[in-house]
Amino acid sequence: MLNRTAETVARATPEPLARKVRGISDKGLAWLFISPTILLLLAINIFPLFWAIYLSFTNYRANRPNEVVKNLGFANYQRILGDQDIWIAMQTTAHFVFWTILLQTLIGFTLAWLIDRKFRGHAFWTTLILVPMMLSPAVVGNFWRFLYEPQIGLFSYVISFASGIPPTSIQMLSNVSLAPWSIIIVDTWMWTPYVMLICLAGLRSIPEYIYEAAEVDRASNWRQFWSITLPMALPFIMLAVLFRGIENFKMFDMVNLLTGGGPGSTTEVASITLKRQAFESWRTGYSSAFAIILFVAVFGLANIYVKALNKVKQR
Amino acid sequence: MKSSLKLAMGLASAIAASTAVSNAAHAEDLTLCWAAWDPANALVELSKDFTKETGIGMKFEFVPWTNYADRFLNELNSHGKLCDLIIGDSQWIGGAAENGHYVKLNDFFDKEKISMDDFVPATVVGYSEWPKNTPNYWALPAMGDVVGWTYRKDWFSKPELQKEFKEKYGWDLGPPATFDQLKQIAEFFQKRQIDGKTVYGASIYTERGSEGITMGAMDVLYSYGFQYENPKKPYEMEGFVNSDKSVKGLEFYKALYDCCTPPGASNSYMGEGVDAFKSGQVAMHMNFAFTWPGLQKDENVGGDKIGYFVNPKGPDGDQFAQLGGQGISVVSYSDKQESALKYIKWFANKDVQAKWWSLGGYSCLNAVVKDPKFPASQPYAQTFLDSMAIVKDFWAEPSYAPLLQASQKRFHDYVVAGQGSPKDALDGLVKDWTQVFQDDGKM
Repeated sequence: MLNRTAETVARATPEPLARKVRGISDKGLAWLFISPTILLLLAINIFPLFWAIYLSFTNYRANRPNEVVKNLGFANYQRILGDQDIWIAMQTTAHFVFWTILLQTLIGFTLAWLIDRKFRGHAFWTTLILVPMMLSPAVVGNFWRFLYEPQIGLFSYVISFASGIPPTSIQMLSNVSLAPWSIIIVDTWMWTPYVMLICLAGLRSIPEYIYEAAEVDRASNWRQFWSITLPMALPFIMLAVLFRGIENFKMFDMVNLLTGGGPGSTTEVASITLKRQAFESWRTGYSSAFAIILFVAVFGLANIYVKALNKVKQR
Repeated sequence: MKSSLKLAMGLASAIAASTAVSNAAHAEDLTLCWAAWDPANALVELSKDFTKETGIGMKFEFVPWTNYADRFLNELNSHGKLCDLIIGDSQWIGGAAENGHYVKLNDFFDKEKISMDDFVPATVVGYSEWPKNTPNYWALPAMGDVVGWTYRKDWFSKPELQKEFKEKYGWDLGPPATFDQLKQIAEFFQKRQIDGKTVYGASIYTERGSEGITMGAMDVLYSYGFQYENPKKPYEMEGFVNSDKSVKGLEFYKALYDCCTPPGASNSYMGEGVDAFKSGQVAMHMNFAFTWPGLQKDENVGGDKIGYFVNPKGPDGDQFAQLGGQGISVVSYSDKQESALKYIKWFANKDVQAKWWSLGGYSCLNAVVKDPKFPASQPYAQTFLDSMAIVKDFWAEPSYAPLLQASQKRFHDYVVAGQGSPKDALDGLVKDWTQVFQDDGKM
């Protein structure tokens, strides 16, 4: 039936077109099919990247299109690398990335390990744990802002109940020391389920017979965990760390919604600084240079990390 | 068959014709862009008269204050045609004029005999002129606004509180004449129990993201002696921005924030201030005058319970207030400039301006605000007039955005985060602003 249809289509194709199609090789046909995607990628990913690289060497400002664009060489890069505020923003980002990844990995793996025990009602608990991840960051940011409210916030009341400190003294978003932790708590609450899912996939991929062999060898539970579970789940854990690391390096929405970078500049991560320079101060050339530096940093770190991940997988 | 075909063709033509007529009518509609706030609703109401008179329909694009600058500056910078008319913030005027976003209105004003002498002088300088203090007009003053204060008249008039206050501070509890008095009142009310609720001293601007803390801190700094530049040498800021007087002013603002604001008020601007006052949390409330009509009408805190006062004096008796408000401009990328100019002409009319005030907008027309009946027309009218007489505004340079970003950061770092000293903050501000002007080739 299919052959007959193909034959009918082939016969109905006008001869000049049929001749042209017959001349295309398999490789040519493959290129023909993927070219729309490649063109789209070039237009929306590759071209803007090269354009940003070009702009990073200029004094261009998007809000002053009529001004003469001057080539500044590496001046923008020098200024960024010598700017103390930029380094503070990078430190803030590093602090945020480190603590969120550490907490999410620890809690996520523990939850995955517990869920993997397949206790009664584990499916219900798995679904419940996944709920935060399914919410929109805008919603999460806004309702946590209310939860943190010192006068009416539930979070402040719970802490107050547990610690005896008056709720109005628990100013999570206004206090310089607490504000970074307020964001870390929310990000951990929201994204730990994601890490848990990846770890769970890792745990479920460990063949049962390995544990059975370990049982035969009278290996203790602790020994089984250190010698089988952890090493075999490690590539999955590392993958989760990679995903969360890249994601949190460019974290913007939660910080913007919860603290806006404040109090002062204590939670101003690199992406907030970049947005302010690019779309509030309109220093397009300068912010392009900053974006390129961030891109190189993430790309470089991710590359090193992927190599390490491959080594772990090959063991 | 033939007759049904004819009928179908007839119907199709009728539909096509009616669509064309409707499109032609919509083609004449003007879009006015502004912030989403109470005065915008009043303007919608007012503009119905314009449509009645001219047949030109009005559409509105209102954006919340937090995104107002981002949204419309993007629109102007990308030469968008969304807005035919725009009520842009006063600080945009330099950039909008120099980058060709607004239509210059001098010839139009001359032709239509619209004189800028008929408007409150501060609003002409603040909303219309670029360069400042030169007769180059890019907007018609549309919405006068200024930072002032509201207070809980009902709390201030409680005899037991009056007595206690007098004993403690030695003067009668009432609207403060100086910033020191304002702080004393704020301290007096901080964490006090009134009607079974804990209340706080004052709500002030502390917002970090857009312009909040700059508007609030400047509102105090002006009266302490802060100056943007050497009056004799433009852009010379050393010793003016970071003068000893300015340092004291910023120190005061931080002290007021530390002692007397509600818990968690570290990112508070117009909306949060209104919420704090309306919910009965604070005794005093710093905010732009546009919020007053809404507060006056409020069932819980309005009416006889609310009072208004002008920004108090600084230690040397200087008294200034931060200018707000906007002018209305014709966008140079609009295809309907002629109709947009008709709207400006209509809006400048005295009767329209009088109605504008009655609906809750703040007219800048002398004929309205200098009318003998004006001070008694609303409980806040006199305070508004007195405040408008002492205004100062932030830089309106084309680089106003990076200038504002710098002050937001420096002020928030010191006032809210408590990092460094007031001198460090203002020295840093001089450094940042100098860099901006050097980049612009102005220094």
